[in-house]
Amino acid sequence: MIRRPLRPLARILRARAAGTDPGAIETAERRARAEMVRDRARLRAEGRLLLLAGAFVLAFGTVGGRMAVLAASEPEEPRAAATGSPIVGQRADITDRNGRVLATNFETHALYAQPRQMVDPARAARELVAIFPELDADRLLRDFTGSRTFLWVRRTISPEQMQAVHDIGEPGLLFGPRDMRLYPNGAIAAHILGGASYGREGVDAAEVIGEAGVERFMDAALRDPANAGAPVALSIDLTVQAAMEDVLAGGMALLNARGAAAIIMDVHTGEIMAMASLPDFDPNNRPAVLTTGDQSDSPLFNRALQGVYELGSVFKIFPVAQALELGLVNPQTMIDTRGPMTWGRFRINDFRNYGPELSITDVIVKSSNIGTVRVALQIGPTRQRAFLGSLGFLVPTQVEMIEAPTGAPLLPREWSEIAQMTISYGHGLSTSPLHLAAGYASIVNGGTLIRPTLLRQDGPQDGPRVISETVSAQMRDMLRQVVSRGTASFADVAGYEVGGKTGTADKPRPTGGYYDDRVISTFAGMFPASDPAYVIIVTLDEPVETSGSEPRRTAGWTAVPVAAEIIRRTAPLMGLRPMIEPAPMDGITLTSN
Amino acid sequence: MRGFLFVLSALGVMGLAFWAYHENYRTQATLREVRVLHAQIGAAHTRLRMLNAEWAYLNRPDRLRDLADLNFDRLGLLPLMPEAFGRVDQVAFPPTPLSQIVDPVDISFDPAPNGEEPL
Repeated sequence: MIRRPLRPLARILRARAAGTDPGAIETAERRARAEMVRDRARLRAEGRLLLLAGAFVLAFGTVGGRMAVLAASEPEEPRAAATGSPIVGQRADITDRNGRVLATNFETHALYAQPRQMVDPARAARELVAIFPELDADRLLRDFTGSRTFLWVRRTISPEQMQAVHDIGEPGLLFGPRDMRLYPNGAIAAHILGGASYGREGVDAAEVIGEAGVERFMDAALRDPANAGAPVALSIDLTVQAAMEDVLAGGMALLNARGAAAIIMDVHTGEIMAMASLPDFDPNNRPAVLTTGDQSDSPLFNRALQGVYELGSVFKIFPVAQALELGLVNPQTMIDTRGPMTWGRFRINDFRNYGPELSITDVIVKSSNIGTVRVALQIGPTRQRAFLGSLGFLVPTQVEMIEAPTGAPLLPREWSEIAQMTISYGHGLSTSPLHLAAGYASIVNGGTLIRPTLLRQDGPQDGPRVISETVSAQMRDMLRQVVSRGTASFADVAGYEVGGKTGTADKPRPTGGYYDDRVISTFAGMFPASDPAYVIIVTLDEPVETSGSEPRRTAGWTAVPVAAEIIRRTAPLMGLRPMIEPAPMDGITLTSN
Repeated sequence: MRGFLFVLSALGVMGLAFWAYHENYRTQATLREVRVLHAQIGAAHTRLRMLNAEWAYLNRPDRLRDLADLNFDRLGLLPLMPEAFGRVDQVAFPPTPLSQIVDPVDISFDPAPNGEEPL
């Protein structure tokens, strides 16, 4: 740009000639130059402001526009970011400890109708009844021709039925996909699994929710998408469970029992290898809950977990173990067993007279009520209650089933001396067979508390100590002798060193008192006795053995043979080899020098 | 020099635009492919579940027991019992092959020349 001079020579000369002040020209020029500079600066500032405003409008416009687009558009899964497998929206499978399927899902269809779209409702109703005979033709026709716009016809249909409905050719009959819970093994482990049903239902999908058992207890975990459909592994061994149920059903039929329950549990991990209650049901077609009468008559009732019974003499090992632990007695201590023993108006008798006195071991081997009561009297009610509490007999089991809290033990109103005496031989305290399994496991496994569990475990439970290793070994020895020369001789399965205790408890009448001819017979055992791996509980409800001249109801003739057969069938399946028992080392005397 | 740089950068921008255009379409094609694959994986999962369920159903213990009973003549299957376990000393050693006879010994008695019967 050419600068204009402040003092243009021509005009100065002209002004000088005219006699005016040439300084005025310079002042005017200076002013003009200052105005020009100012105008230019203002223009530039205005331009910058405009640019800035434009940038802001663009930026906020972009944000606002994006928000509007997001608000107005349909939600969609981001496809570009999907890296792994698509989300598994299904209920997870349940498997046994070896991965064999106990519960899985099956894709099927639900049939629904939209009567507004129907061409020939009368024909559709007629044809549907031909396919599904259980439907009511009149009712269907009424629904199809009435004011309803939507109705479910069937919850689940098979592919063949679906094809048959397609063949009707009625546009108002439509299908929605459904996941159906399938229990491929039928009634095996029915009580443990429970069953499933539909929760909220839509046309495109329906929730499958657990109805009972593990399905209900683990419902949230089974449905959690975060688990990506990983199956839940139970501690159950399907083969063992099937074999046990088979033998138990046979035993129940032979002995005319009303019901039966059996449990096999690992003594170190607390894993329930098999648990059965008969009669049972098919979880694929779960029967309705009884609305009248006694719930324990329903096949849904789980005798092993919910059935609380006075289990009888199987309890005798607990006062004896406690007395040994407290140092009150040793296995050779002689106990006065003269009867009958009277306490106020109560009389305690033995099954037969065992003579004036028995050693502690023989009290267990011969199952003497009087002997056990005398041991319990040395312990006292407070300590007895505390000991049974430490074994978990006073609270419901914590097993992973929704029914667990319903198996709460029935305790005496007051833990008086007479209650203490009867509890010592298993009357007056009602517990479930599962409680008993956990109690026996805790006694024989070396003396640490076992909490029963239905989930597969990785290692042994580190429970608190309830009795010492020595007492545990003494108890194992006594239980072995019960089988080798006592009341449970039928349980002596060659090679498995079975030890255990029988219990025959009269059933209480609902009106008070006890029945004479109805018993709960129980065998609680463990094998192999030298290093126990499993405990087994078999309970039969009202069994009677009629091969002899008069009916026999004691556990030795009823529960014990069934338990022995269960051990014979299941122990090899659990990988236990039959052992050659070491001969008793008689003739060796301990000496010290 | 300046003008050359302008031309060069303009050409660069055009080249990048061309590349971005191609990448965009390739991405969309891949996304479509992924969608198809996901659908296939889903179908395969469904099929697998169905087959697993069927396998479990066909191998249910009740059925296997019934089949073992039905085919007992051919298979002779019994439940696993403790007797099925053996001890090592119950297994016989393989029989040693008979050695060749190199030096035969006469064990029969030749009758006496006078025809007398031996005792």
